Amino acid sequence: MARAGKPQYDRLIFELSSPGRIAWSLPEPDVDVEAARARVPRGYLRSRPAELPEVSELDVVRHYSRLSQMNYGVDTHFYPLGSCTMKYNPRINEDMARLGGFARLHPLTPEPLAQGALALMHELAAMLAEIGGMDAVSLQPAAGAQGELAGVLMIRAYHASRGEKRTKVLVPDSAHGTNPASTAIAGYEVIEVKSDASGEVDVSDLDRHLGPDVAAFMITVPNTLGNFEPRIVEITERCHAAGVQVYMDGANLNAILGITRPGDLGFDVCHFNLHKTFTTPHGGGGPGAGPVGVKAHLEPFLPVPVVTRRGERYALDWNRPKSIGKLHGFWGNFGMLVRAYAYIRTMGPDGLRAVSEDAVLNANYVMKRLEAHYDVAAPGPCMHECVLSARRQKKRGVTAMDIAKRLLDLGFYAPSTYFPLIVEEALMIEPTETESKETLDAFCDAMIRIAQEAETDPQAIHDAPLTTPVRRLDQTRAAREPDLRWRPAR
Amino acid sequence: MRYLPTTPENRRAMLETIGARSVEDLLVKIPAKARLGRPLAVPPALAETDLVRHMRALAGRNADADAYTCFLGGGAYDHYVPSPINHLILRGEYFTAYTPYQPEASQGTLRTIYEYQTMMAELTGMDVANASIYDGASSLAEAALMAHAVTGRRDVVVSGAVHPQYRRVTATYCAGAGIRVRHVAAPDGVLDGDAARRLVGDATAALVIQSPNFYGCLEDIAAAAEIAHAAGAMLVVVSDPVNLGVLEAPGRLGADIVVGEGQGLGVPLSYGGPYLGVFAAKQDFVRRLPGRLVGATVDLDGDRGFVLTLQAREQHIRRAKATSNICTNVALCALMATIYTATLGKQGLVRVGELSMARAHYAAERLAAVPGVSLRFRAPFFKEFTLRLPKAPDRVVARLARDRILAGVPLRTYDRALGDCLLVAVTEKRTREEIDALAAALAKAVA
Amino acid sequence: MANIPSDLRYTREHEWAKREGDRVRIGITHFAQEQLGDVVFVELPKVGARVTAHQSFGVVESVKAVSDLFAPVTGEVVEANGDLPKSPELVNRDPYGKGWMIVVKPSNPAELDQLLTASQYEEFLAQDAH
Repeated sequence: MARAGKPQYDRLIFELSSPGRIAWSLPEPDVDVEAARARVPRGYLRSRPAELPEVSELDVVRHYSRLSQMNYGVDTHFYPLGSCTMKYNPRINEDMARLGGFARLHPLTPEPLAQGALALMHELAAMLAEIGGMDAVSLQPAAGAQGELAGVLMIRAYHASRGEKRTKVLVPDSAHGTNPASTAIAGYEVIEVKSDASGEVDVSDLDRHLGPDVAAFMITVPNTLGNFEPRIVEITERCHAAGVQVYMDGANLNAILGITRPGDLGFDVCHFNLHKTFTTPHGGGGPGAGPVGVKAHLEPFLPVPVVTRRGERYALDWNRPKSIGKLHGFWGNFGMLVRAYAYIRTMGPDGLRAVSEDAVLNANYVMKRLEAHYDVAAPGPCMHECVLSARRQKKRGVTAMDIAKRLLDLGFYAPSTYFPLIVEEALMIEPTETESKETLDAFCDAMIRIAQEAETDPQAIHDAPLTTPVRRLDQTRAAREPDLRWRPAR
Repeated sequence: MRYLPTTPENRRAMLETIGARSVEDLLVKIPAKARLGRPLAVPPALAETDLVRHMRALAGRNADADAYTCFLGGGAYDHYVPSPINHLILRGEYFTAYTPYQPEASQGTLRTIYEYQTMMAELTGMDVANASIYDGASSLAEAALMAHAVTGRRDVVVSGAVHPQYRRVTATYCAGAGIRVRHVAAPDGVLDGDAARRLVGDATAALVIQSPNFYGCLEDIAAAAEIAHAAGAMLVVVSDPVNLGVLEAPGRLGADIVVGEGQGLGVPLSYGGPYLGVFAAKQDFVRRLPGRLVGATVDLDGDRGFVLTLQAREQHIRRAKATSNICTNVALCALMATIYTATLGKQGLVRVGELSMARAHYAAERLAAVPGVSLRFRAPFFKEFTLRLPKAPDRVVARLARDRILAGVPLRTYDRALGDCLLVAVTEKRTREEIDALAAALAKAVA
Repeated sequence: MANIPSDLRYTREHEWAKREGDRVRIGITHFAQEQLGDVVFVELPKVGARVTAHQSFGVVESVKAVSDLFAPVTGEVVEANGDLPKSPELVNRDPYGKGWMIVVKPSNPAELDQLLTASQYEEFLAQDAH
């Protein structure tokens, strides 16, 4: 039974199905279907149609519209997920990506007939290289994690080209999970480097690990606590002195646009998350795009093909004998590249710099307003995000998860929780620059209210959320008895 | 600036609260010598009207499938995209949300993914499907990694008729994992069964075939399953799901893992991406699947609800030992496919398949009737086929482009032995008139 | 304090080992199941498989974590708990009883004496506490 306040819609499309209903419109065959069928061996053809829904077009529109109303999105709610950069997704970017010349362009269109697309890619790569302080950029990786894989594979190829056999990659214990996962796929042993009490890399622990068997050090800057590592240049120099390449995870680039650049900090390679810093929409979990930038010594190893320009002619260059290979079936997530391109052309140099300044300002404001009520994970100033700990609240039996659920009732999407792993009851808050002071104040007021409730009425927090379409869900049951597809009731 | 709401007054008030004089004070940890110290050398900001003009000019330099008649295939197809899809995915609650970390506020996304998993499992004839991988190529690469992890065996044997770029991506992923990728030639446009039998053995984690394959030819999936299973290897089948309204589900023919490119299910051509990696497998492997999985459960009131589940396999928990490094996948493209499949449904997907198949066979007949032109392979095909031309295919293609026809993909760059061949795809959108026009233009071009 | 039966031996990775004649029964401790949360899945080796001391013999999975299971002793697996696939919650409810995982025939019985005693394990837990 749904309790009062809970929206009522609980249907799946299969449950709306009624035999004979259709939602599609296609012409009758004007050529011989049976003759074609006869050319295909019987065993290759279905004997019965797949069990798919039969609904009307209104059913489709109403059902998926109703389901959308069960989501919080940036369009409707402040969405401060840490390191996800949930900033406003400009509508003009959507319009531009849908221009027929982009959206209706087949990837294998002969290159002379796709010059506009290739020009856009070439220009975007150049702009990202400038923003990242890198010498070359590949737009091919489909997400940050694929960018990481590309970067680590290029580092591997680089060392191999120099006859060096290095088997380990160092990653801070505060790293996002994709860092060790990508590294493992590339065939390296992952070694964790400790963070010190303020969440920064413990340089002496790093030194202990640096050596001729280490291929790379992979780090996020600013780090996953939202802080800029003050010793980062020293760190990249120490790595280079040991022959170790340095990779920057660009998830937090929103903090430093136009202020500093991975290349200038000493990094050899970095990736960009277009769906974070560059406003391409998060889509409920993608598609994203994770272009990777490199310094000149890694350029020969870039994924293939590379978009080149000779005069006014753009082309795909496949003649790259040292390339690490390919990661995407075609050239990358072009539709997201169009959006990011439109964004960068909209902002210009001053706009990009203002993005980071406002992002940093907003995060510091939130941290300041909340520091009396929550433990701060590391001393400020922070960059574009801050990490709080619900350690104090935990003593009253209220956890980071409880706080997240209560925020949903108060009209906000929750920050990230339990990441980074090195902070107890972590709450990672990234407001972004597209939020106004009024929104930040409303969020802080809500967080302060929850902190007070933790003292006076913790049960209200434990019961949350109450106003969402469902209440807290049984995760244990979902994992013990996995039900991963709908089946008709017998 | 319309995306930056902070006014000078806001800034002043916020700095006061923080206790800083300017934003510069907040950047104090950034070493001076690393500061850029100049504006970024990117072009100055464009007002919206100027941006639109510029982007339209760029778009105008591309021969898209609305301005030209598209017979291009090779892993991306001009299939019908029902109109509701675009309207629905533009709803901000869908496209501006992120991964469903707070399931109570993400039931929309979670339910559509559950529907998607159901539809993909049903189409492929498998027990379970994940929430998506980036595209068909990376899906295949992940299948190779999974087969290696499940069997503990070192080799993956791949048919030479599998899409060349998928093979390349798979090789890139496998290199790091120390998996050896071995190829079986496909000289007649389909898997050479005898050659496969010789290569597939105790060290083989999986045999990989594609059907319809890169050349458009249909493979005998059941026969391939026998070869693989006889050696204790898995069978991985690469299959375009939009064809599976008419073609038999690979799962019913012995596949252990089915992967494929879901672009045909309502995802725009968009010059190659973002696309949709379909990944489905048998129940035995449910805990070894890469990527996200959505499961049904109940909430505190006993009402049905959906959550991300079996997350302990994934990178954010399992880290270096995760089944995959994938985090962000292509949820919005999966949503397009879900709405597409709901819209086409049981009957519609049959109609799409029949029309594509029938029109492709009509086209093959008309084109092979052009003097000097013939079908390169004798194997049965579905919606795509390989023609042998009497003149250089890329010249023919250029010639037909002047008639606003994108005639097909020349195969020379993929395989020297097929230097005189053109890969032609025909979907349900190609009319009889368009096909006749192609035949006429081709006849003139090779005369 | 924590539930640490005195007749068992322990590892630093939170497995327990119980001598049963010439066999050793193995599981995870109360502390371990508490840390993991609700156990959803346990992956165990087949009967006949060999396990090596200090190396992983399987995996225990909860909603929020996955942990390797490390063998306290070297030997051959002679029994694996057939109830755990259907009822992984036994690990939470009765970690030292019905939640047992494998029984091993040890190749070197002396290894058992090198494991921590109950009081040593208790001390180890206290030291490691945050």
